[in-house]
Amino acid sequence: MTAGGAAGGTDDRAGDPAGEGPGPVLRPVGERALLVELPDAAEVTALYGWLRERQSTGELPPVEEIVPAAHTVLLDGVADVPALARLLRTARPDRATTAAGPLVEVPTVYDGADLAEVAARWGVPPEEAVRIHTAPEYVVAFCGFAPGFGYLTGLPARYEVPRRATPRSAVPAGSVALAGPYTGVYPRSSPGGWQLLGRTALPLWDTARTPAALLAPGTRVRFTPVRAGSR
Amino acid sequence: MTAGVDAADGVDAADGVAGVDGVDGVDGVAGVDGLVVVRPGPLTTVQDLGRRGVAHLGVPRAGAVDEPALRAANRLLGNEPGAAALETTLGGVALRALRPLLVAVTGAPCPVRVDGRPAAWGAPVPVPAGSVLDVGAATAGVRAYLAVAGGIAVPPVLGSRSADLLSGLGPAPLSAGDRLPVGPRPPRRATPELVPLPAPPGELVLRLRPGPRADWFAPDALARLARDTYRVSPAANRIALRTEGPPLVRARDGELPSEGMVLGAVQVPPDGLPVVFLADHPTTGGYPVVGVVPVADLAAAAQARPGTPLRFTVLPG
Repeated sequence: MTAGGAAGGTDDRAGDPAGEGPGPVLRPVGERALLVELPDAAEVTALYGWLRERQSTGELPPVEEIVPAAHTVLLDGVADVPALARLLRTARPDRATTAAGPLVEVPTVYDGADLAEVAARWGVPPEEAVRIHTAPEYVVAFCGFAPGFGYLTGLPARYEVPRRATPRSAVPAGSVALAGPYTGVYPRSSPGGWQLLGRTALPLWDTARTPAALLAPGTRVRFTPVRAGSR
Repeated sequence: MTAGVDAADGVDAADGVAGVDGVDGVDGVAGVDGLVVVRPGPLTTVQDLGRRGVAHLGVPRAGAVDEPALRAANRLLGNEPGAAALETTLGGVALRALRPLLVAVTGAPCPVRVDGRPAAWGAPVPVPAGSVLDVGAATAGVRAYLAVAGGIAVPPVLGSRSADLLSGLGPAPLSAGDRLPVGPRPPRRATPELVPLPAPPGELVLRLRPGPRADWFAPDALARLARDTYRVSPAANRIALRTEGPPLVRARDGELPSEGMVLGAVQVPPDGLPVVFLADHPTTGGYPVVGVVPVADLAAAAQARPGTPLRFTVLPG
């Protein structure tokens, strides 16, 4: 690999002079981007927070985009790939010290079309499924699929559910839904295959508002049950 | 065009005739209508250089797919390089000027007419108030860029005026009767030289930097990709250049967990046919990316018509 050497190799496990265990795997993506591979979503959130902190203090070499995803963080529009790779080799984001994101409360009417089916998969009555879903504090691991659509982690792994075998052609805006390890809230009406638990009246995406996205990576989220008609 | 719209045109045109100085004064207010759409063409969108710094919210970059052509059109008029312009698709566009305007057409070669009289392509063209500017069907290539001195001044969304056809951000594709605001004319500059523009390719050659997921493919996949000839698929659009040809053989099945995607990424869905991501590409995806086409090669990709032969040359990984 010649793209700066420092980012070299398609499987360049970064050096570890401090002996703190292996650093992240860096994969070059074209000539101006680096993909950082991490073991899990929590590490992604920690590195993402670490990078944004350094960006805000001017300690990060210029990058246009920092895009977290399931097990990776993509840095795109990188002016100096080798310098960034060197920084990433020494990155030791600490989950405990990375500043927590803002907390957003999502009032949710739990009357989704798939609530009974999800409860049955979990082997509990629907009201207990609501309690299970409202118990954790979630974090937006990453966004994708549509502007402002956050993939929220926080539900224990034993509650994972598959996508619906047949996606719906239109899922209403504000739908609170589950698929795989994630909870999501549809920012606007779109086709979708996630299991619908309920809905919120909270506007998640509004380009006239700053910030446009209520749920950005790192944002913490709590779902609170409300009755239909209340807000 | 309806009588009502004509009447409105007349009023605006009269304002324009009232005095260029007066118009300049009005220009200082953002959002003064400058153009009305007479014929929208098959797909005409407002485009600038797109959105940056918002990919982590799931917002595609959008922007002109042939960025050098947009920049050239703006340079011809003394606009900022990233001023918003119109991007046409194959069939061109026609608009009536509501006041005197200076325009330039670049990108795909095409006939340009003002009130039916031939005008220059790739050079500044004055359009009097009330006149119809017609950008004809592309004689080669796909996308022409029609820039206006002062830029198309629709309200920016998340820092850009671009229409994003994947997520629906920004202004909708043009419809007949739409009115487009035009910004204040930039200060006059020395007449720019004619901007050299690459001819649309008879054969498209895209360089490919392997990775990040080349290891998801059979060991000889890259060598075969470099040897085989593909064609540009009719399904190509602003999101991606889709291809037809021999499928790439995967070394492993399944999908990756979603990961961030870049402009020029060559993603390979289960059918094995490479898909080259263009301006409106999704910010994340779960199909493996075998390699990345350098941005410098994407202008040619933006102008390659369906059926154009396509070859990949594989750069050192």
